[in-house]
Amino acid sequence: MTALLTLERVSKRFRGLTAVDNVSFAVPAGVIFAVIGPNGAGKTTLFNMIAGTLAPDGGAITFAGNPIEGLSADAVCRRGVARTFQIVRPFPALTVEDNVTIGALLHRHDVGAARQRAQELLRRLDLFDKRQRLASTLTLPDRKRLEVARALATGPRLLLLDEVMAGLRPTETDRMVAILRELNRDGGLTILLIEHVMRAVMALASHVLVLDHGVAIAEGTPDAIVRDPAVVQSYLGAEAV
Amino acid sequence: MSGLSAGLSRRRAALLTLLLAALVAAPWLVNDYLLTVLILILYFAYAGQAWNVMMGFAGQLSLGHALYVGLSGYVAAMLFTRLGVGPWLGLLAAIPLAAACGAVIGYLAFRFRVAGVYFAILTIAFAEFARIGFDNWGFVNGSSGLFLPVTQYEHNDLWLLRGAPAMFYYVILAATALVFVLCHFLVRSRIGYFWLAIREDEEAARAVGIDTFRYKMYAVMVSAAVTSFAGVFYAFFYNNLFPEQVFSISRSIEIILGPIIGGIGTLFGPILGAFVLTGLAEALNAVMGAFGLELPGAKQVFYGVCLLLVVVALPDGVWPPLARRLGVAERKP
Amino acid sequence: MPLAVYLNVAVGGVLTGLVYGLMALGLSVIFGVVRVVNFAHGEMMTVAMFIAVVLFSWFHLDPLIMLVPIAAVLFAFGYALQASLINPFITRPEHSQFLLLVALAIIIANALLIMFGPDARSVQTSYAYDSFQLGPLIVDAAKLYAGAAAIMFTAALFAVFRFTPVGKAIRACADNYTGALVVGLDVTHLYALTFGLGAACVGAAGTMLVLLIDPTPMLGPGYTLLAFVIVITGGLGSMPGALVGGVLIGVTEALAGLLFTPSLKSMFAFAILVLVLLFRPQGILGRRLA
Repeated sequence: MTALLTLERVSKRFRGLTAVDNVSFAVPAGVIFAVIGPNGAGKTTLFNMIAGTLAPDGGAITFAGNPIEGLSADAVCRRGVARTFQIVRPFPALTVEDNVTIGALLHRHDVGAARQRAQELLRRLDLFDKRQRLASTLTLPDRKRLEVARALATGPRLLLLDEVMAGLRPTETDRMVAILRELNRDGGLTILLIEHVMRAVMALASHVLVLDHGVAIAEGTPDAIVRDPAVVQSYLGAEAV
Repeated sequence: MSGLSAGLSRRRAALLTLLLAALVAAPWLVNDYLLTVLILILYFAYAGQAWNVMMGFAGQLSLGHALYVGLSGYVAAMLFTRLGVGPWLGLLAAIPLAAACGAVIGYLAFRFRVAGVYFAILTIAFAEFARIGFDNWGFVNGSSGLFLPVTQYEHNDLWLLRGAPAMFYYVILAATALVFVLCHFLVRSRIGYFWLAIREDEEAARAVGIDTFRYKMYAVMVSAAVTSFAGVFYAFFYNNLFPEQVFSISRSIEIILGPIIGGIGTLFGPILGAFVLTGLAEALNAVMGAFGLELPGAKQVFYGVCLLLVVVALPDGVWPPLARRLGVAERKP
Repeated sequence: MPLAVYLNVAVGGVLTGLVYGLMALGLSVIFGVVRVVNFAHGEMMTVAMFIAVVLFSWFHLDPLIMLVPIAAVLFAFGYALQASLINPFITRPEHSQFLLLVALAIIIANALLIMFGPDARSVQTSYAYDSFQLGPLIVDAAKLYAGAAAIMFTAALFAVFRFTPVGKAIRACADNYTGALVVGLDVTHLYALTFGLGAACVGAAGTMLVLLIDPTPMLGPGYTLLAFVIVITGGLGSMPGALVGGVLIGVTEALAGLLFTPSLKSMFAFAILVLVLLFRPQGILGRRLA
């Protein structure tokens, strides 16, 4: 299977601090790929470089065969990479439906068609009943699902999820896991997620990359990395095994 | 039927038609002085709506809109006085120029990430630059002012915009109605949605693929182009242009008062705001006149107090709560 | 033109620039700490100028002597304004704050217009036409006194911020709002104090400026803009930056007035603003208030 996303020796420095140090990995199409690691490991920086919010200082990022490193965030999204934010950012004064419609308008010029697509997605993500509510009035789990819906509306081939489970109770986590699994299985959507919630990682991911201090210290299946001594030492702790 | 696609509810349509009918009949119902007041109100309703496109829709605070008014006015006036070119043709020249100016300001600002208050200051700087520049530019008569020849008042010449107040009234009424309709469609269009996204959260807008630079540029250019007509109208209605007056920051502030008091980002807000503001100001004048008081600056103090009250107590403007009362609330865009 | 003329004009520009710098300093202090953009800055200065004019024409009190009292009055005004009206706006969106101050500016400027009429007033001190001679340099006495007063006032303000407990508390607020709250600092009071200090600067600057120009009520917006140009050029939140910016603008204006028509000199200030905003938005000495 050819890789949908490839990172080759990607680095980012912030005034003397090397946040991401020569990280390389490949995400095959159609998988759910997790990036885990302690806080400050460079996960979000890595994400931001893929998503286009930051430009790497070195290395190459290739998506669907084309280089995307250094492209602006909106250009990257137009290429088919959508993202959510660690701290959710819906459009607060707009309705749930309008939020997702905006996403759908990226590749559709007709507002009516975009709205229909938005409604489909809202149904999928269990937000259809709340579609007329203002985004600012939603609870956190709903806002997270809204962001996912909005990102999906842009019709991506790759979805970047930044700690989408954070702050969710176990039942809500399971719900989100089920939705993501469905999207991946039925729609063939490739998902790259940063996660701390190991429950979700074990349930979803087929590939895991572990970062620590900007360096990739392990890569493999969830079962394999959970037993990797370097990973245990730096991140998981003995209890996780 | 949901969100911005709700369209015109019957009640809204009814109220709007009523208002329009009243406005169309006005010249037969009011005296000349009140007609002039109405012209002023509609002028500010128009200009305010044009400004609203940039601020209310795309979230960019411009405090230098007098620049576009002044430039357009001068272009049309110069073409008329030097070459006898009528205002409608003059408009064809003024619109691209205003849009180009907007593009320059927009490009400088957005390319270099000048936002928020800094952007507002940049717009003020450009308007001031124009004011001082024109004041010292002999070609347009500098500070002595540019005067348009007024040949007659009785015969209504629509082509040259020479004639009775009633003619000007209908012109500005038509323009205001058109701009209202334009905004109605803009808000519901793809570009309108993108503007809202940018206004709400620019970074999130980029994350869903919106080229925010391009759409902000569109907002600035459309706003400038629409404002252009106000400048041409101003020139041909008042028949004189002084840089000190036309480009003054007071003009820019007058333009924004209507939408702010009425409600930024709403469709009807700028119109209501213009009515409230000018209406109350004229009432104030009348009251003071009755007492024999003649205070230059009192009207401005009044404007300031109105602005203060609205900003403190009704930050969304007067229209949203009123609209809710009337049952015609605009779906909040 | 002989070099001496340029030099004279430039020196005059430096001295005037110091006064501008003091005015801009007030704006910088307010923004650096309270994070409010004081659009009524020029108007506050105009108020101070008119107070000086009135005191001079009624009681023959020289502006330089009235410097401290007028600054004190403006301090009180600024304190009251911040504590009562502006404080609730700290958490409101930027354009709301901005518009609040625009409203205040309009009210103040036009109230002055109603009280004093549109004509310029002037203060003719005994030394209004004196000058000192230093070799080839001829310096206006008024400018020299004004410039010197500006330096002294600035130094005093600097000392307050550096050495007094209150000054340190204010800097703490600027650096870390939540931290200041946690440590028990009365932030509302400190903000009001800061606004008062900023207003005092502008009051002092206005009093000095009355020696150099004749005030009219509508002077405000021009000086507000000038203050912004200076602060942005010198660096938002940098106190020395405000002075540096002030001197730069003062000299540019003076020389521009000499080389081109005087009325065009403001255009250069704006040109500088645009250039700074584009190429070095943090300003020459741009840093946090320190």
